[in-house]
Amino acid sequence: MASSRPSDHFDSPAPDKAINQPKLGVIGYLRFFWRQLTSMRTALFLLLLLAFAAVPGSLVPQVTSDPNGVIQYKAANPGLSKVLDFFQIFDTYSSIWFSAIYLLLFISLIGCVVPRTKHHLESLRTKPPKTPARLERLTGFTSTVAEPLEADEVQDAVASAHKLLKRSGYRTRLFTQSGPADGATAMSVSAERGYLRETGNLVFHGALVGILIAVGFGSGFSYTGQKVIVEGQSFTNVLGNYDSFNPGRFFSDSELVPYSIQLDKFTAKYEETNIKAYGQPIDYTADVTTDVPGGEGKSTQTIKVNSPLRIGGTDAYLLGNGYAPWITVRDGEGNVAFSQPVAFLPQDANLTSVGVVKVPDALPEQLGLQGFFYPTVCDTTVCTGALTSVHPDLLDPTLTLQVYTGNLGLDKGVPTSAFALNTDKLTEVAGTKAATPSLLLKVGDTVDLPNGLGSVTFDSVKRFISLDVHHDPTQLWVLGFAVLVLAGLLTGLFVPRRRVWVKAVETEDGVRFEYAGLARGEDPGLEAAIADIAKKHSQHLGLKLSR
Amino acid sequence: MTGQLITLSLVAIWSAMAVYALAFIAFTIDLARRTAPASEDVVVRSAAADSALSYETMTEGSSSSGRGSTAVLERTAARVDGTLRSSKWTRIAMAFTVIAWILHVGGTVLRGLAAGRVPWANMFEFSLTATAIVVGVFLAVQFWQDLKFLGAYVVAFALLLLGLATVNFYVDVIPLPPALQSYWLVIHVFVASLGTGFFALGAGLSIAQLLQAGGSKRLKFLGTLPSAVTLENMAYRLIVVGFVFWTFTLIAGAIWAEHAWGRYWGWDTKEVWTFIIWVIFAGYIHARATRGWRGSRSASLAIIGFAAVIFNFTIVNLFFKGLHAYSGISM
Ligand code: HEM
Repeated sequence: MASSRPSDHFDSPAPDKAINQPKLGVIGYLRFFWRQLTSMRTALFLLLLLAFAAVPGSLVPQVTSDPNGVIQYKAANPGLSKVLDFFQIFDTYSSIWFSAIYLLLFISLIGCVVPRTKHHLESLRTKPPKTPARLERLTGFTSTVAEPLEADEVQDAVASAHKLLKRSGYRTRLFTQSGPADGATAMSVSAERGYLRETGNLVFHGALVGILIAVGFGSGFSYTGQKVIVEGQSFTNVLGNYDSFNPGRFFSDSELVPYSIQLDKFTAKYEETNIKAYGQPIDYTADVTTDVPGGEGKSTQTIKVNSPLRIGGTDAYLLGNGYAPWITVRDGEGNVAFSQPVAFLPQDANLTSVGVVKVPDALPEQLGLQGFFYPTVCDTTVCTGALTSVHPDLLDPTLTLQVYTGNLGLDKGVPTSAFALNTDKLTEVAGTKAATPSLLLKVGDTVDLPNGLGSVTFDSVKRFISLDVHHDPTQLWVLGFAVLVLAGLLTGLFVPRRRVWVKAVETEDGVRFEYAGLARGEDPGLEAAIADIAKKHSQHLGLKLSR
Repeated sequence: MTGQLITLSLVAIWSAMAVYALAFIAFTIDLARRTAPASEDVVVRSAAADSALSYETMTEGSSSSGRGSTAVLERTAARVDGTLRSSKWTRIAMAFTVIAWILHVGGTVLRGLAAGRVPWANMFEFSLTATAIVVGVFLAVQFWQDLKFLGAYVVAFALLLLGLATVNFYVDVIPLPPALQSYWLVIHVFVASLGTGFFALGAGLSIAQLLQAGGSKRLKFLGTLPSAVTLENMAYRLIVVGFVFWTFTLIAGAIWAEHAWGRYWGWDTKEVWTFIIWVIFAGYIHARATRGWRGSRSASLAIIGFAAVIFNFTIVNLFFKGLHAYSGISM
């Protein structure tokens, strides 16, 4: 036991200070450093360093969890941001220095756990140690009053103690020893239990390594993608269909199962009775029809915020929703150049939303529209200034649009966002900077564009959802290891490891039975356990415990 | 109906605070009146240490000298506690605490009834529940060990947090946003509060341990407390229980995050702080097993760990930006 733990473990023998260290060779130095790295002190230092190193990442927005926050932060603190950037503070948890700390910690952990595991496997096979000559000074020492007993009675009594301990889960061994002083023989049972404690501890530390490895692999093989789907539309799981896609390092297209998800209906419920929370969302439900190739045909399912859709090896989460006004654009020649629902991105809790329409096929000139959608526009008799939405539900849906003409730049082969319109090279024909003001439409309205450019119709409003599709093949592994961490922790902390001895000692007046134990690690219940064994055994023999 | 329940709940909480204040006064008087018993325990302690040492030289391995003596010391502690019959003021203070706690739990339950869900969905409600659990753990632990000397500390903690909650954190009963509608809210938050209760007591014992080790002459009541080593052992046992709950909180939180946000871990500020706390207490457990780190050093870690728990609950919730913006308070 002592040799398996780091030499500065509390249970290890104190180091001899007086040793003259022989000169260390290269191997000697390596061994020295390894011993330092796998010491308890280093583990403790690295743990505390890890806790400390995690703090800055909570003070400054992180690229992974809050990219917009990072942009805002950098704009607000340009000078400081340069320094922070240099130290990778915006990426704390994948930074070189943070990684270095936890990798060192895990190397230390492996270096610590491997020899202990080896030692533990051996100790599982070794028998309990010899009974100490004197039990008086051990924990919970108890003895019976001496009674004259025959030799075979003594043997039976020891055998019954043996059985009692065995039944209580101890590993046992019988000894016949010479007594301490007079050379008379003493029979004893040496018993040990609680190997599970060390097992639990090793499982705990091993499972931590498991989590680290699983997470590492997971980041390589997983992918996430986002897709906006309007009611009535469907999405097929192939790479080109995603609005954005983040593959892991080892991702390949062939991994995508080409299933499809059609959004039949999206329902949002908002609080209507509680005036304090009026308009607060209380439920989002997406009804979808799915079709997995090679599956059992189409099936209808629902997706909610806390219950993702598990489909084709991926999980689809309902992470966002909004409105998609159906907009029809007729061009100057009277042709329908555009007619479809357009997802407008929500900007606030009342779903004031912004969106963009690009009409490259309009004649004589390409058209670009950009504007706001208000599900419940604030009445102009109440609100002054810019329009806003005052309720997320569709009580008074209103659309405002600015209109541009010119080359939209869609034919250059440069990918452009569907949600942004670069107006630098366009001419504004309706809007704040043009002779014609912005268009304002209610559902069903059609407004003519100036200069005979055509017309815009606001046909209807549909809902859209934003789905996050994730694939992480190691997720269940991580969960499994996490469960092992917890199980290992419980056994490693709460299973007592102890040694117990029962001894028959011959004295002048007869035979006396002695009971004592030794805690190995934290074991507050040891005394009670010894007392219990002594009571049971002496009662069984009909002997009295001496006080 | 709901309005009445809400009012009733608040009345119960305010009454609980008043009675807690009385309990605090009684606990403080009790501490002030305590004086040391005979110096017997010191003698017994060194004898115990001797016997442990001689055992070490006697057996083949020098395996667990320290632990052996720990167990022996336990007996001395029992003896010290034996001389410590609880005073009249302790009993009064405990009675007040129990009454206040019943009111407190009642108020919290009423709040849950008014909301039609568990009463821990925003910071105000969470404060009510968490403090009720902290005091509940304190009361329950008395069946295991006499820790009434921590009463002033625990009750002061509850009072402060309840005061903050009712004055600064108060929000009306409103329905849960979709992301919080999950049974994981019930499990995750409840277990986190349980862990907090154990950490709180562990930190209290560690503070007592540091005072005891400092050996101040002015704090007379220290003489009536168990020895520093006993305090340390009790703190350890409470904190490892807290640590298990905290580990579970971390895992349950990750599972919930996966359901609600599509990833089990994202280094969101709240996740970061829960992780930091976990690592500090893992450090504490290690410190206890590292030579040279037992005693005051590991006790400081326990106190730092609990300070981080409080920081996580107050400052992080209120001032840090993140997905866990559930305080219900807009700043
Ligand atoms: C990720 C880093 C680590 C964490 C989170 C961690 C956590 C823990 C926890 C919670 C315990 C108590 C639970 C139990 O006994 O089952 C423990 C015990 C222990 N750990 Fe670690 N550990 C880490 C790394 C290490 C390293 C690097 C070493 C070796 C130098 C080590 C050696 C030990 C030993 C010897 C014990 C038993 C302590 C005792 O006797 O009470 N651990 N660790």
